[in-house]
Amino acid sequence: MNLATLVFSALYQFGDAFAFLVLSACGLAVIFGMMGVINLAHGEFIMCGAYVTAATVHAGLPLPLGILAGTIVSALVGVVVELVVIRHLYDRPLDTIVATWGLSLIATQGTLIMVGSTMAGVGTPFGSFQVGDYSYSIYRIVLFCAALGVLAGLYALFNWTRFGVLARATIQVPHMAAALGVDTRLIYSLTFACGAGLAGLAGGLYAPTMTLVPTMGATFIMEAFVTVVIGGADVFLGTAPAGGVLAIVKSVMTSWQGQLFGQIGLLVAVIIVVRVLPKGISGFVLRERT
Amino acid sequence: MSKSVLRGLRAAALTGTLVLGSSLALAAENPIKLGVLEDQSGDFAAATIGKVHAIQLATEEINKAGGIMGRPLELVAYDTQSDNTRYQEFMRRVLQRDKVDVVFAGFSSASREAYRPIVDQFNGFAFYNNQYEGGVCDGHMIVTGAVPEQQFSTLIPYMMEKYGKNVYTLAADYNFGQISAEWVRKIVKENGGKMAGEEFIPLGVSQFSQSIQNIQKAKPDFVVTLLVGTAQASYYEQAASANVNLPMASSVNVGQGYEHKRFKPPSLKDMYVTTNYIEEIDSPKSKEFYAKFKAKFPSEPYVNQEAENSYLAVYLYKQMVERAKSTKREDIRKVIALGDVCMDAPEGKVCIDPKSQHMSHTIYLAKVGADHAISFPKTWEDIKPYWLGEAGCDLTKKDPMAQYTPSNPPPKP
Repeated sequence: MNLATLVFSALYQFGDAFAFLVLSACGLAVIFGMMGVINLAHGEFIMCGAYVTAATVHAGLPLPLGILAGTIVSALVGVVVELVVIRHLYDRPLDTIVATWGLSLIATQGTLIMVGSTMAGVGTPFGSFQVGDYSYSIYRIVLFCAALGVLAGLYALFNWTRFGVLARATIQVPHMAAALGVDTRLIYSLTFACGAGLAGLAGGLYAPTMTLVPTMGATFIMEAFVTVVIGGADVFLGTAPAGGVLAIVKSVMTSWQGQLFGQIGLLVAVIIVVRVLPKGISGFVLRERT
Repeated sequence: MSKSVLRGLRAAALTGTLVLGSSLALAAENPIKLGVLEDQSGDFAAATIGKVHAIQLATEEINKAGGIMGRPLELVAYDTQSDNTRYQEFMRRVLQRDKVDVVFAGFSSASREAYRPIVDQFNGFAFYNNQYEGGVCDGHMIVTGAVPEQQFSTLIPYMMEKYGKNVYTLAADYNFGQISAEWVRKIVKENGGKMAGEEFIPLGVSQFSQSIQNIQKAKPDFVVTLLVGTAQASYYEQAASANVNLPMASSVNVGQGYEHKRFKPPSLKDMYVTTNYIEEIDSPKSKEFYAKFKAKFPSEPYVNQEAENSYLAVYLYKQMVERAKSTKREDIRKVIALGDVCMDAPEGKVCIDPKSQHMSHTIYLAKVGADHAISFPKTWEDIKPYWLGEAGCDLTKKDPMAQYTPSNPPPKP
């Protein structure tokens, strides 16, 4: 086996792990990392996106539009959840754990009762390509590009747009922002919806590659929390490097010793990073800058 | 309404206690209580909701026809949520508080091993209506599902002859996957093949890029997939999209999780499964069972082998109680010891083996085509669960209440 094949396969596995970590974590990075809401229903927003995507594709929509529909529906559900539940609990972070956990149980069981125990898959598009001895799925490259796109989009949104500035101001010093005439309630709502929509996007993107069941959100939740905890409060400066570091650990450990050690490696890396950098990677980077 | 009645009602509402109605004439008699502990939610629900429905169907039929010895059959069902600790909790509850006569319980082997000591401790009587890794030698248990000597001794040699002798095993990382992989290893060796590789996947893992690459690196002739739970089923779609294009063999797929219905063709192309029942089996008995099932549960996505195992188990229990004229376990085991507890099930004739209290089965080799249609290249009739008996487990003489494996056989006397 030649070197180029080995390098490509290592890069591919890294990209694959990176995409999964970043896409699972982005929505949570906004809701938990930025807003400080410990959202245990994150996986169910992902499930919602995946289900809506699959349903619309079954109804005849092309996959990209289906994914868009999944994203939008999840964002709208996010708005409703924020209005009804989360809004009243911003200064009670421990209570949000219970509330969002309850929401997640209701969502999982409600889906099971209403939609049934499984939903038919939609099939992965694009086919495969060959490098050396190995064949790879093209869609996995699409997922990697989508992860990069989402990170770039988030950076642009929170740094270059008026909404981004207002959102950061509102979350940093809410009463000052309100005094300056910012409608903080609206900003909170929109930011939460943005996080929920990103979760839905992750669900939509992974829907063609996975089993569609009410409990599918659970397979994302560990990776999502791990990435956000390591990343810290800044969506871009945290999630991107955290995803990178964890993807290296995970892909190297998995190719060396199998899936179990990949997961062990992931958790050990988290313990080390949290111990050394209590504010996460972004906390470390930002402190260096100031 | 008294406080205790209220509390009872509330507990019933909370836990979803299910009491099937029975006709007035029967209600006069003291009912026979059957506990049902199956996963109606959680990771395994897709494969197990049909088991509960099958038990309900059989119970309804039996009660309509006059019950068991004139006594109606009453179900006490709890949702175990794919959670091992729930099994322990509810097993204690059905045995101690509900005082059921028999319990039908369990999908995953982890949950079975979680509740089995409780059945032994409280001297209960349980049916495990599920295919599994084999080896349970316990007088408190009757197993109606298929075991490795029925599923692998047929499947693996067939695959090795057809595709080649290099075998790769991809298995779920818990007792079922580990022990089943041990069986595969043993049978591959006995047939002069070799293991190209093995990987064990933790339950709940859904991303398989690296495992797919490991398989491609090992270049096996076919892959034995012993993946369990809905998360792990994502493997097929991902392997197909990476164009792995290897034949697959399994004892759990299709027959339990109906992956060929859930995934878009051709992701399960060339999957071979040995199963004792799936709804595609084209015999009059099977058709009749399928029609009855669909009439009662029209929205059932699939009638799988565990549904059939559960259905026939209710009838087997009826037969044994009527022959023993008692619901006591010791009386029923005397009937089993006669060695002629058999019935014409939807799959064909099945009998209980007195030594191991496991069942003989008709084993169908199901092949999934490129369009996900099922064909049956081969059928083996009356395959006995012989391993435990040959290895030295004889429940008619001694009840060790243990589980054995090829590397840990029963102690020689």
